[in-house]
Amino acid sequence: MNTLHVDIQPAHAGTLESSDAFVRVMPNDRAGVEIELESSVAEIYGDAIEASVLQTVLAMNVDRVKVMIQDKGALDFVIKARVQTALLRALGVSEPDWSTL
Amino acid sequence: MKQKLRRSMLFVPGSNTGMVCNAFIYQPDTVMFDLEDSVALSEKDSARMMVFHALHHFTYQNIETAVRVNPLNSPFGLQDLEAVICAGADIIRLPKTDTMDDVLEMEQEIAHIENRIGREKKTLLLAAIESALGVVNAVDIARCSKRMMGIALGAEDFVRDLRTQRTKEGTELSAARNQILLAARAAKIGAFDSVFSDVKDKEGFVHEAQYIKGLGFDGKSLINPNQIPWLHKVFEPSQKEIDWAIEVCEAAKDAKEKGLGVISLDGKMVDAPVVLRAEWILDLARASGVLGEEQ
Repeated sequence: MNTLHVDIQPAHAGTLESSDAFVRVMPNDRAGVEIELESSVAEIYGDAIEASVLQTVLAMNVDRVKVMIQDKGALDFVIKARVQTALLRALGVSEPDWSTL
Repeated sequence: MKQKLRRSMLFVPGSNTGMVCNAFIYQPDTVMFDLEDSVALSEKDSARMMVFHALHHFTYQNIETAVRVNPLNSPFGLQDLEAVICAGADIIRLPKTDTMDDVLEMEQEIAHIENRIGREKKTLLLAAIESALGVVNAVDIARCSKRMMGIALGAEDFVRDLRTQRTKEGTELSAARNQILLAARAAKIGAFDSVFSDVKDKEGFVHEAQYIKGLGFDGKSLINPNQIPWLHKVFEPSQKEIDWAIEVCEAAKDAKEKGLGVISLDGKMVDAPVVLRAEWILDLARASGVLGEEQ
């Protein structure tokens, strides 16, 4: 996944159930990663969650993307799993390199 | 060799995030993440990713983890394997095992992945037998690979294959249970009974658990955390068994300290399998909380 991916399709992953997160990703006109977070713990953990999401997106070399997260009290690894699944779906990748995730 | 306790193997659907996050709290002997039948086709990728990350999480570092992957002849099986071996799963549960070729094919793929990623710890295999053909081939299945740690009965598919249905008495499963148990013991691996689906029927569950324990099974697959304490209670040794096991272990220790090749208790010779059985009972007693860790 060394190529910078800028051409993605809208996609989503996750649910709105307790302990989960619903993540939507879509192409963005602007360069970079735009993150929109809705969470009951945003005041305390919002910055940490956004930093973690940004790191996850950058590690997958995706640019010009908007990531919208509705957090329902998810653990950090759950949000990461949902963001990665949504991005793989957006990229049409079904066989990722697991050693890089 | 000391045997690991595997009384309870709790199925956790990979698509149920709440269960994936919380299953360790219930302290089953083994958490068995499921990527197969409990996961919808449209969510195979998301469940795989969730289990991949759960296996890395610190909450699952001190508990044995198994993953039921999709069959290799499905579009999902190989990706499941890649993901969960990279993530460090202890055991792969092979679904619908009909012949030893099913095991050997899975073993080959596992070895290939382990070599590629440089994993030193060998991933173990648990074969689920869910058909008449699988039961007939149970001996070959149990003995065909050094990775095999056990064979398990998958009763729901099995009874469909027999053209019957499950009953509380379990008569329809008796031939399969006996064959699976004998095959497992001949191969010196574990034998695990099927799930009990009626999660509200404690009496029926306990009755079945007592029955399969009496047959010699090591444990059961479970679908509900409420069944864990019920099952562990069934496997809890009696005080009489504990007292006997302590005596045997002390006699073995005494013989070792004195450099004696033969262990004797009350004038009778004690064989090595009896000592192993006594150690197993003490492990069960400690795990059940009826014997201190130091004893």
